[in-house]
Amino acid sequence: MKFKLIKDISIALLLARWRQTLIAAIGVTFGITMFIALLSFMTGLNDLLDGLILNRTPHIRLYNEIQPTKSQPTSLHPDFLSSYNFISSVKPKNDKLELYNNASIIKTLLSDPRVSGVASKITAQVFYNVGTIDLTGVINGIDVVNENKLFAFEQYVVAGNYMDLELIPNSILLGKGAAEKMLANIGDVIQVTTTKGERIPLKVVGFFQSGLQEIDKVQSYASISTTQKLLSESNNYITDIQIKLYDMNNAPTIAKEFQEIFEVEAIDIQTANSQFETGSSVRSLISYAVGITLLIVAGFGIYNILNMMIYEKMDSIAILKATGFSGKDVNHVFITIALSIGIFGGALGLLFGFGLSAFIDQIPFNTEALPTIETYPINYNPKFYFIGGVFSIITTYFAGYFPSRKASKIDPVIIIRGK
Amino acid sequence: MADIVLEARNINKYFHDPIEVKVLSDINFTLNKGEFVSIIGKSGCGKSTLLYILSTMDTDYEGELVIDNQLLKLKKENELARVRNEKIGFVFQFHYLLNEFNVLKNVMLPGLKLGKLSQEELEHKALEKLKILEIEKEALKKPNQLSGGQKQRVAIARALINEPIIIMGDEPTGNLDKKNSEVVFNIFQELAQEFNQTLLIVTHDNEFAARTNRIIEMQDGRIIRM
Repeated sequence: MKFKLIKDISIALLLARWRQTLIAAIGVTFGITMFIALLSFMTGLNDLLDGLILNRTPHIRLYNEIQPTKSQPTSLHPDFLSSYNFISSVKPKNDKLELYNNASIIKTLLSDPRVSGVASKITAQVFYNVGTIDLTGVINGIDVVNENKLFAFEQYVVAGNYMDLELIPNSILLGKGAAEKMLANIGDVIQVTTTKGERIPLKVVGFFQSGLQEIDKVQSYASISTTQKLLSESNNYITDIQIKLYDMNNAPTIAKEFQEIFEVEAIDIQTANSQFETGSSVRSLISYAVGITLLIVAGFGIYNILNMMIYEKMDSIAILKATGFSGKDVNHVFITIALSIGIFGGALGLLFGFGLSAFIDQIPFNTEALPTIETYPINYNPKFYFIGGVFSIITTYFAGYFPSRKASKIDPVIIIRGK
Repeated sequence: MADIVLEARNINKYFHDPIEVKVLSDINFTLNKGEFVSIIGKSGCGKSTLLYILSTMDTDYEGELVIDNQLLKLKKENELARVRNEKIGFVFQFHYLLNEFNVLKNVMLPGLKLGKLSQEELEHKALEKLKILEIEKEALKKPNQLSGGQKQRVAIARALINEPIIIMGDEPTGNLDKKNSEVVFNIFQELAQEFNQTLLIVTHDNEFAARTNRIIEMQDGRIIRM
């Protein structure tokens, strides 16, 4: 009953100045619309750019690095234990890049509940022979099926079928840039020279384009067995184990753990690609700042209109108070007005924001660097709609708070007397 | 002894700005149920100031005010609002109707705030009050479609809706012509005689005052005759 009365009075006051009210609501609508569209677009773009690297990067990579032994024999010798040893010109020992005992490592990893998938890999330095010229290159020997499962390999293959790598012996999938340099087409046979000087012909079965030109110019893919043959290694030779986790955020701690257990080098995605994390967080920070600024500006609009309304309706407020409405009731009336502007404007804003995002989602966006993208990326995260909705209510509440406090403190005596 | 509706005890009031001025000194009087009382005096003698203190809207005074056996000093703002709502009806010089609502709703507003009656009962009651004031035909019009006299009658109906124990008026005929003033006076008189309504009216219309039961005359913040 009480609320209904306050609602009635609020509606009457709202409708008395419906044009201004509408403009105030449009301000909120605009703010929320832009907030949603901006964040959806920005986050979509962020995800895209991050995905460019992060989706193709293992969460943890196990490998061997050629490096000097950490503990030199002198420091182990009992005679020198209490002394401090200086050794200059320490050289790394002739270790192989191979991961020993990799079959059992992979078996252990696969039974770890935190690990979502494992793909082994061989990296081989080669030269692509084009006539008399040698181009440096890298051939990644991959476990085709697992690689595709974990890193969406298929998405970057722009020509040919990636499964041919597995099915056709001695086949290679060239980077787009490398293929262009070599003028190679699908079905051609190219020659590569390994670091050991062996020259091997490989059949081109497709091209891939990662979006990072430097990579496309250098890298190529082949199956693990082809690469093992290329390097004249046995069929249990691999140099890298790539691990995907269920929760990427645990990568640094798990990496450290694996490094100790398996006695190999382990690098986590955060360490390897820290710049991306920074980039995306700064970008979303900017979008939030812009969106919230828009809303605050809309809030000032509401503040203004309520202030005007209070000056105009001074008499009405005075008589309401004289006939027994308390300051609190008057306060509630104006807060109700502000909140209805906020809720109405905000709801429309969410709707328009969704519409605008959907529209942006349809705009064609073709770029050399991103072969799989056809339209602008949009992230339809419900979180943005939630934040937008809550924030529209909070801003309008505060925009209404100060004017309504003023209204509640109006002294009816002064107004009634003034006439 | 008749029921005492309102009692003022030693009321003093100062204006502090720009310099301290005593505007009311030592006001003592009582109002009994059913009395029709007018307060007269020259401009600036403090009669309106007194009325606003009596109406609980002005709380900055010394002394004690008792309405319906309740001491009002030290009550909180919302409690005073409740007292005004329930026990006091107001008629001002200007009608102060809300143009956003029709006449009926304007009359109902204080009743809706009180919340003792349902919407339907209140509507019925409001129409009844409008009938007493002979303006029930205008019930669904907006206040700005009415004449000055009609508006003032609507304001009186609004003052009556919660059956207040006292009606206070601040120059209720100040804005009206002779004919409408007469109508308003007759309504007040009728309320006093037929419904035993207590009325306290501030006026500078001596003719009006002369016809009330009792006159309180003020001069320089004091009561000189009552």
